[in-house]
Amino acid sequence: MSDVVDNPANAMKQDRSLLSFAVPLTALLGAILGFVGGQAVNQPLAGFIGGAIVGGAIAYVAGTVLADQRTTGRWAAVGVCAVIGLIAGGIAGIVSGILAGAVLGWVGYWLASGDYRRGVPPYSTSGQVLWHNTFLFICGLIFFFLIAPIMVIIPLSFNAENFFTFTPEMLSLDPEGYSLKHYRDFFNNSDWQLAMRNSLIIAPFATLIAVSLGTLAAIGLSQSDIPGRQAIMAILISPMIVPLIISATGMFFFYSALGNWLEANLGFSQELSGYIKVILAHGALGVPFVIITVTATLVGFDKSLTRASANLGAGPVRTFFKVQMPLILPGVISGGLFAFITSFDEVVVVLFVGAAAQKTLPWQMFIGLREQISPTILAVATILVCISIALLTTVELLRRRSEKMRGMSPG
Amino acid sequence: MKLTKILMATSALTLSAGTAFAEAHSGESPVAGEPMADSMTLVSWGGAYQNSQQQAYVEPYLEMNPDVSVTWDERSAEAVANLRAMFEAGNVTWDLVDVVAADAIRLCDEGLAMEVDHDEILAPAPDGTDASDDFGDLIVSDCFIPQIAYSTTFGYRTDVEEWGGETPSDICAIFDLETFPGQRALERRPINNMEWALLCDGVPKDEIYDVLETEEGQQRAFDKLDTIKDQVTWWNAGADTPQLLADGEVVMGSTYNGRLFSLIVEQDQPVEMLWDAQVYDLDGWIIPADLPEERLNRVLDFLWFATDTQRLADQAAYISYGPARESSAPLVGEHAELGIDMAPHMPTNPDNASNTFVYNYEWWADYRDDLDAQFQAWLAQ
Repeated sequence: MSDVVDNPANAMKQDRSLLSFAVPLTALLGAILGFVGGQAVNQPLAGFIGGAIVGGAIAYVAGTVLADQRTTGRWAAVGVCAVIGLIAGGIAGIVSGILAGAVLGWVGYWLASGDYRRGVPPYSTSGQVLWHNTFLFICGLIFFFLIAPIMVIIPLSFNAENFFTFTPEMLSLDPEGYSLKHYRDFFNNSDWQLAMRNSLIIAPFATLIAVSLGTLAAIGLSQSDIPGRQAIMAILISPMIVPLIISATGMFFFYSALGNWLEANLGFSQELSGYIKVILAHGALGVPFVIITVTATLVGFDKSLTRASANLGAGPVRTFFKVQMPLILPGVISGGLFAFITSFDEVVVVLFVGAAAQKTLPWQMFIGLREQISPTILAVATILVCISIALLTTVELLRRRSEKMRGMSPG
Repeated sequence: MKLTKILMATSALTLSAGTAFAEAHSGESPVAGEPMADSMTLVSWGGAYQNSQQQAYVEPYLEMNPDVSVTWDERSAEAVANLRAMFEAGNVTWDLVDVVAADAIRLCDEGLAMEVDHDEILAPAPDGTDASDDFGDLIVSDCFIPQIAYSTTFGYRTDVEEWGGETPSDICAIFDLETFPGQRALERRPINNMEWALLCDGVPKDEIYDVLETEEGQQRAFDKLDTIKDQVTWWNAGADTPQLLADGEVVMGSTYNGRLFSLIVEQDQPVEMLWDAQVYDLDGWIIPADLPEERLNRVLDFLWFATDTQRLADQAAYISYGPARESSAPLVGEHAELGIDMAPHMPTNPDNASNTFVYNYEWWADYRDDLDAQFQAWLAQ
C-alpha cells in the first residue's frame, strides 16, 4: 500500500476514486440506514438525507484526515451516529445509532482504504472484484436468514407481557418491558417440568438403542459378502425417507398392540409400557442416522487392521472394541448426537405413540402453541438453543482432544 | 328455546346473590371405599380455561387425595378423532375428556362415551335437589356432564385511528368495512360465521336456520362473507384471536368470551367486548366408554367432587364462564386474584345478553359435514 501512496500520481488517482467511489457508496448505505431509522420516528425523508450526508462524510474523513487512524475514525463514526440517534429517538435511538455508526465506519474504511480488493488477486478486473464481494454478501445473507429467525425468539422470551409481541417498552429498552417470568414459569410449572423430565428420560435411552443397533448394522453392512446388502440398507434407513406422519400412523397401531400385550402378559403399568413404546419408536427413528454416519467413517477404515489384530491373537470382540471402535468413534458420536436430537426434537411420533404421561418438550411446545400462545414456549426454546450449542461444542471439543491424543490431525 | 331461559334465570340469581353459603357439603361419592387407580389423565383445552379447572377443583381434589396424580392432555379440540383412533387401537389412555356439547353428542352416538345416570353419579344441590334438575336442560346428551356455559363473541381494539372515534356497537360492524376498516379474525369453520352473515344480510333471527337450510340461503351467507373475505384472518385455536388482537394484527375478532376476559381484565390490553349476537354453547365432561373398573372408580370419585355446586361456582372465580348448575349461580363471587365482581363479565349478565343468539347444535349435527366441505372450498377460492 505504501508504495502506492508514495507516488503522487497514484495519490491523485486515489483521491478521485475516493470522491467518485467510496463516498457515494457509503452515502447510499447511510441514506438507506437513515431512511429505515427515520421511518421509526416518522421522518423517513429527513433520515434519508441526513444518513446520506453522514455516510458520505464518514467515508471522506476515512479516506483523508483519519486515513491512518482507523480505530479513532471508527469510534468517531460510532459516536457521531449515537448522538444523532439520541436526538432523533432517545435510548432506542442511541442503540440503533451505535449499530449504524459501526456499520458505516467499517464500510467507509473498507471502501476508502481499498480493503475491498484484499480478497482477490491484484490483477482482477472490477467485475471480478464486484463478483467476489457480491458472493461474500450472498453468503452473509444465507447465514442471516438461517440465524435471524432463531435470534428473534431470544429477546421475545424476556417479554413482560403474555404475548409474542415486541411491546413499545421493549423497543425503548425500558427495563419494565423485560422480565424473567416466563423462565420462572418454566421452572415452576409442573406440566413443563414433566415434559422436561420425559425428554431427558426418553432421548438418552432412544439414543442408546439407536447407537448400538445402528453401529452393529453399519459394520455388518460394510462386509462385502452380505447377500441383499442394498435392500437391507434401504429398509433400515426407510424411517428417514418415509414421511414421518406415515411412520407415525403405522407405529400408532403397532405399538398400541405391543403396549396392550406388555400390560396384559407381563403386568407392566400403563406408564411404564408408555415409556417403552416411545423409546422404541424413537430408537427406530434414530437408527438411520447412526447407520449413515458410521458407514461413512467405515469407508476410511483399513480392513487389514482387523486381520492384523486377529493375527496377533485378538478375538473378534476384542478387535471390535480395541481396534475398530476407537477409529470409527467420531462417526458413532455424531450419529448418536443426531439420534439424540431426533428424539429430543420429535413431536409427530410421540403425539401418536405416547400418552399424556409421556409428553416431551416438543409435545408441550406444540400443544402450547395451539391452545395457549404463551411466551414460556420462547423461554424453553431459548434454553433448548443454548443446550444444543453447548452439546455440539462439547462433543466437537472432545472429538478434537481425542484425535490430538491419538496423534491424528483434526478433520 | 329452553336453554336461554335457564341461562337467564341463572344470571338473575347471580345478581340477587348477596349471601355466601358456607362450604357446601356434598357428601361422599357413590364409589367411596372401592379400589381406585391412583392416576388420572384429564383432557382439556389448555390456557385460561384449563387453569380455572386446575385451581377450582383439581388442586383441591389432589389435596384431599395426596396419593393421586393427574396428567393433563390439552387435546380437547381433536377429542373426537383421537378417541376414535384410541378405540380402534384398543388403547384408551384418557380418563375424563372435556368437550363441547356437539362433540359429546357425536361421541355418545358412536358409543365412544359412557352413558351415565346423572342423579346417581353427581352430587345433589345443597338443598337436596337432584342433579338432573339442578343441571336441567343443559344435560343435552346421556353421556354429557355439563360444567359451564360460554359464548363466542367479538373483541375489538379501542385504539384504531382509522375509525375516527367510532366503536362497534352491533354485530354487523364486522361486515362494515367503511366505518371499521382493518383485519378481522374469524374462526376457520362455518358454524357461527354463516349465522352472523345472514343476520347482517337482513334475515330475522328466528328464520336463520330455515334460510340456511336452502341452497340459496347458503349462497347468500357466502356472498355476505365474500364482502369481507380479503380482510379476514382465519383462526383455529381459541388463543389465536387474543394474540392477534394484542399484536394489533387484527382490529376485531371472534373468540370465546373467557379468553377475551383474560385479555382485557387480566392482561390489561386496549380491547373491549362486543357482546351483540353472542352465541351460547356448553362445555362439559364425558367419560370414555368401557374404562377398566379401578380407573372408572377414580373418575367417578373425582367427578362427584368436581361438579358439585360449590366447585362449579369456584371455577367462575377464575374465568368468566357461567356455571352449569342452577344452584351454583348464587355462589358466584369475585375474581380470585383481582377481587373484581365476576357477574358483569358473565355472558349471561342481562347487560351483556340483551341480544343473544342460540346456536342450534341439532341442526348443525345434520348439516355440518356438508357445510364444512362447502366452507373449505369457498376458503380455497
